[in-house]
Amino acid sequence: MSDYAWLIPALPALSAALIFATGRQWPRKGAEIGIATIAIALLLSVGVAIEVFSNNVDAAAAAHGEESETALAVPVADAAEQPAEEGGAAEAHGGGAFVKEAGFTLATFGEDASFEAGMRVDGLTAMMFLLVTFVSLMVQVYSTGYMHGDPRYTYFFGLLSVFTASMLLLVIANNLMLVLVGWELVGICSFLLIGFWWEEKENQDAAIKAFITTKLGDVGLIVGVITLFGMFGTFNIGEIFTAVEAGDYSQSLLTFGLVALFIGAIGKSAQFPLHTWLPDAMAGPTPVSALIHAATMVTAGVFLVARLYPLYQTSDVAMTVIAVIGAVTLFVAGLLALVQDDVKKVLAYSTISQLGYMVAALAFSYTAGIFHLFTHGFFKALLFLGAGSLIHAVHSNNMSDMGGLRKAMPITFWTFLIGSLALAAIPPLAGFWSKDEILAGALGGGGATGTLVLVLGSLGGLITAFYMTRVLWLVFAGEYRGHGHPHESPPAMAVPLIVLAVPAALIGFINIPTDALHSVGFAAWTMFSLEYFEGHPAEFNVVLATVTTLLALGGIALGTALYRRLPERDPMLQMGPLTTLLVRKYYLDDLYSDVIARGLVRGTLARWAYWTNDHVLDRIVYLAGAAAVSLGRLTYRYADQRGIDGVIHGLAGGANVLGRDLLRKVQSGNVQLYAGALFVGVFVLAIAFVAG
Amino acid sequence: MQIQAVYPLVFAALLFCVGVYGVLSRRNAVLVLMSVELMLASVTVNLVAFGRLAAERTGEALLTGQSFALFVLAVGAAEVGVGLAIILLLYRNRASVNIDDADLMKY
Repeated sequence: MSDYAWLIPALPALSAALIFATGRQWPRKGAEIGIATIAIALLLSVGVAIEVFSNNVDAAAAAHGEESETALAVPVADAAEQPAEEGGAAEAHGGGAFVKEAGFTLATFGEDASFEAGMRVDGLTAMMFLLVTFVSLMVQVYSTGYMHGDPRYTYFFGLLSVFTASMLLLVIANNLMLVLVGWELVGICSFLLIGFWWEEKENQDAAIKAFITTKLGDVGLIVGVITLFGMFGTFNIGEIFTAVEAGDYSQSLLTFGLVALFIGAIGKSAQFPLHTWLPDAMAGPTPVSALIHAATMVTAGVFLVARLYPLYQTSDVAMTVIAVIGAVTLFVAGLLALVQDDVKKVLAYSTISQLGYMVAALAFSYTAGIFHLFTHGFFKALLFLGAGSLIHAVHSNNMSDMGGLRKAMPITFWTFLIGSLALAAIPPLAGFWSKDEILAGALGGGGATGTLVLVLGSLGGLITAFYMTRVLWLVFAGEYRGHGHPHESPPAMAVPLIVLAVPAALIGFINIPTDALHSVGFAAWTMFSLEYFEGHPAEFNVVLATVTTLLALGGIALGTALYRRLPERDPMLQMGPLTTLLVRKYYLDDLYSDVIARGLVRGTLARWAYWTNDHVLDRIVYLAGAAAVSLGRLTYRYADQRGIDGVIHGLAGGANVLGRDLLRKVQSGNVQLYAGALFVGVFVLAIAFVAG
Repeated sequence: MQIQAVYPLVFAALLFCVGVYGVLSRRNAVLVLMSVELMLASVTVNLVAFGRLAAERTGEALLTGQSFALFVLAVGAAEVGVGLAIILLLYRNRASVNIDDADLMKY
């Protein structure tokens, strides 16, 4: 099945082409093409996942049973060295992570560097396939209801297909160049979909902000890719792993490259301080927010770090940077979610915060990071789609226009509740298991960064529970404060909510960290190699789990106490300077737009640049220009006009005089003159003949 | 009978010169044509003279020159026919046979 993994990104790409070409002629305006192809892709993903996961489980069980040094020592590089062998390289080694590589070369350059279109199927790829195709399917079904009647309905579904294809390309790519291609493609789709309702200036601005901010990170990404290419002479991820395994490289250069790559992840995964674009990106249609800005695209940065995890493991510096950025992000973004009135912005800051968890987790445990990525994808997509359902009903994003919707919208309420509890990490819902894994990893990691992540992560859990409780009370309890009569959303929107609620509630059980199930769970499925699986177990810690659960329950209790009866004024807006700080988003936007953009760039920097331009560059250009002009004038006057033209005019004039004034006379038309000339000629020839 | 080969050759040369003079100086096209015929005749005389000279020198009964002369006369007759036809057409078109008038190909 994994031989056909390339079909998974190819199908949505085909769908996109079909929708853009013929979508309008189909009875459902192209939506059915997108849904059908992504459904097939989902089935394929399940097939791939079963093959990869079962292989990995067998390998892990074998290694676990033997407990031998040799099995543990099988490095990822061994598996990567034999790509694309029948049945996977892992079985040939009698145990090891599943890796299948295949591809063809698109272009070669340099000595033996090449750009391939190649796939790398392993546990991480299979997991991302499942997440992306499942959420994409749900979102597309949901969109048939949410976007119903939109003038650009077909275009919307086309873009969703393009996005899905690009995301899957990014996931399946076996080389950094292709990763970069997918990365930029999802960025473009994000830009187009945030600005989908471009009639409003605000949405355009949000799209441009998102694009430029992530682009700032992309500079780092490109620098990182180039650095790795310069070090190892290849873009291929497996070959880079092999080279690192061999150990012949400069660690400081590698660290530089990895940090540069992580800057790309900071932009894409909305990490502090480049997170400011994500809340603005909520200007796009809500299904887009669910698919792109919650479940899939924003996890690309986390995915990138996970993909290159063996490299990151070699660098403590990079890991420290990751841990600190992640911890700061999860905390500051969580605080920002407290003061929002727009329900989507609460979820957006929550997403940033959860992405911070994932990033921080990666510093300690590969499994914890991607497990949270996986569970978060489901419950955050559910929450966003639920928010879309609310917005659809009350025609407003603001919680101050909602209230009392529990009775009017029961399906939305119950699914939203499940999503919120999962996000708040209440056992036994999905978020509990993944967040616990993260904190356990941080506890196991120890050190200063471990403590930082542990403390901020635990406090973040309290904040998360609190702001979700606030949302629940403000939206679903009390009296309706909006206009009109809200009603439950149509089945096209309600069914995806119900379907998504199932994994949001239950998906955490795939990684229950007990010894009995240890070898068949998520950690084994997605393991990079036996080393990562065995070397970084996050032991279940009852005390830690109890503490975090109590903190989450405390958050819920606090939220309930404050918001059970709708307060006259939101307590979150009465915290004096803290509220001001949060409402102004730590003044980061002001810093970027006023200080950096307007002040530094447009002010000092612009003045300086203008002066330099005016007095230095322009002067040089002007002098060069003036010199060229006078040189040209001299050339024109003397060389061209007098020299070349003189010769040409002379020749032409000479020919003219010769022809017009002299030779013309010869052509008199007088036969006898011609005959005379003939005789003279013959006479001369005869004399010459005789004399010669 | 033996005559010196130089006599017919000198005669032919003089005749040729008369022809050349006629061609270059006459204005009447018919006279020009006649002068051309004189030149042709002088060449024919040359052919006969050299044919005879060759026969004497080699001691063989050669009639090459004489037979060639006959060909030239025949060709000359044909040439006169064509030439007179041209002059006739010239006269028809221009009402004149003065070749100074026939300068259409002038610059």
